[in-house]
Amino acid sequence: MNALDLQDIHLTLGGTSILNGVSLHVAPKEFVSILGPSGAGKSTLFRMLTGAVKPDRGNILIKGQPVAKHTRTFAFMPQRDALLPWRRIIDNITLGLEIQGVSRKAARQKALLLLSTFGLKGCEAYYPAQLSGGMRQRAALLRTLIQERPIQLLDEPFGALDALTRVTMQRWLKNRWHQARWTTLLITHDVREAVALSDRIYVLSRRPARVISELTVNTDDTRQQEARLLDILLTQTGDP
Amino acid sequence: MRENLSKWSGGRFTRTLPAVLSILAAFSAWEIFVHMSDISPLVLPAPSRIMDQMVLNRAHLWTNTLPTLQATLLGFTCSLWVAFSFSICIDFLPRLRRALFPIFVISQTLPLVAIAPLVVLWFGFDLTPKILLVALVTFFPMLVALVDGYDATEPEIEALLTSMGASRWTVFRRARLPSAMPYFFAGLRISITYAVVAAIFSEYVGARAGLGIVILNAKNSFRPDLMLAAVVISSLLTLMLFAVTAILQRICLRWRYAGHAP
Repeated sequence: MNALDLQDIHLTLGGTSILNGVSLHVAPKEFVSILGPSGAGKSTLFRMLTGAVKPDRGNILIKGQPVAKHTRTFAFMPQRDALLPWRRIIDNITLGLEIQGVSRKAARQKALLLLSTFGLKGCEAYYPAQLSGGMRQRAALLRTLIQERPIQLLDEPFGALDALTRVTMQRWLKNRWHQARWTTLLITHDVREAVALSDRIYVLSRRPARVISELTVNTDDTRQQEARLLDILLTQTGDP
Repeated sequence: MRENLSKWSGGRFTRTLPAVLSILAAFSAWEIFVHMSDISPLVLPAPSRIMDQMVLNRAHLWTNTLPTLQATLLGFTCSLWVAFSFSICIDFLPRLRRALFPIFVISQTLPLVAIAPLVVLWFGFDLTPKILLVALVTFFPMLVALVDGYDATEPEIEALLTSMGASRWTVFRRARLPSAMPYFFAGLRISITYAVVAAIFSEYVGARAGLGIVILNAKNSFRPDLMLAAVVISSLLTLMLFAVTAILQRICLRWRYAGHAP
């Protein structure tokens, strides 16, 4: 059974049609990317999953069940790291747990155990502004994963990083993912990132968005797949 | 550590030196002018004479500083609490903003010269009218600082908290309120200076004691030296309160002053 199914989702916001029959699925322990041009409605898709907006039509199924009003299914990592600047790194990491009602002490203990895996050992007492972009992003990722929600939603997590740090972070995430295999849905407009990290890739058209292509990544032939995806993005997503 | 400390105090010294020098220069010029021009001390007293008066009348000045300080602090505290309560209501009920802001803006357009005597007329010579006037002057800047501060919260942080299952109140407490703190302190620094001026002015209009009364009496008995002595005290008072807010800001916004990680 799939971890997540979206069936024929339609969404209109303020008179603009954003999603026009989007269907996709994510299997358990699968890493799926949604690739699409800027402004295609990718982030809106995530806002819909986290409950901020409601679809006009279509079904969202989690493990085959319709999504309840407020589920604790998704852990969301926004585009910029969105670390709270007034909280120390450790308290940023435990934010989600605290909101779930976990005591601060228990949350901290859990976070401290994971710091070294995320290359953040010794940084717990710093404020976000004191750390580099890569470290902040790792902290944001740990803040997402520590909530142990069934599905991770990553919205262009490395978009704000410089090119070198971005590749470093992608490689690091890939290694971490191979060890832990969190069920993940990633939004990106970076073809190489999608191919490097994913099991499967959906390509969305421009607004109103629909799935125009689906591709299972074959690790033997990444170059050709990157070229194909780029071609689809450049020629088939519709007029800008 | 020792080296850091000396470097820090050295830096502070060189930073404050220009200000100290320019103030000294201005007072020296004033002093020299008074001595050279033979101007009557009833028109323009020299700084040295003002200093003498401050020392001579220190007990009198001190007993009159306390009521002013009291009125300032009480009025400002009231204003802070009311502004904070209103800011929360407005944040949760945006319609309230449209209903109330016009009234608050109008309250800021009323000339203090006209309002102060009326408030004294209505509430007497006690502390109440002073508290009200200080609050009237400082309430709106504080409210605007807080409301604008809440609105300056990063939308991504709010989206993140919502995705974690946070309620509207949790979002307010964890994100909107801390986001407003830098704005709050900016408002605090400005308002505290208004507060002292408002307290002195409300005393000037009618009170039993206070720096405003010292100034009024000194004016009526043609004693500009004593007037200026009270003025010096009132600016020292303002500077002191300003320093307190700066220190509070330093403590509450520690994250803003943290240096880069090594």
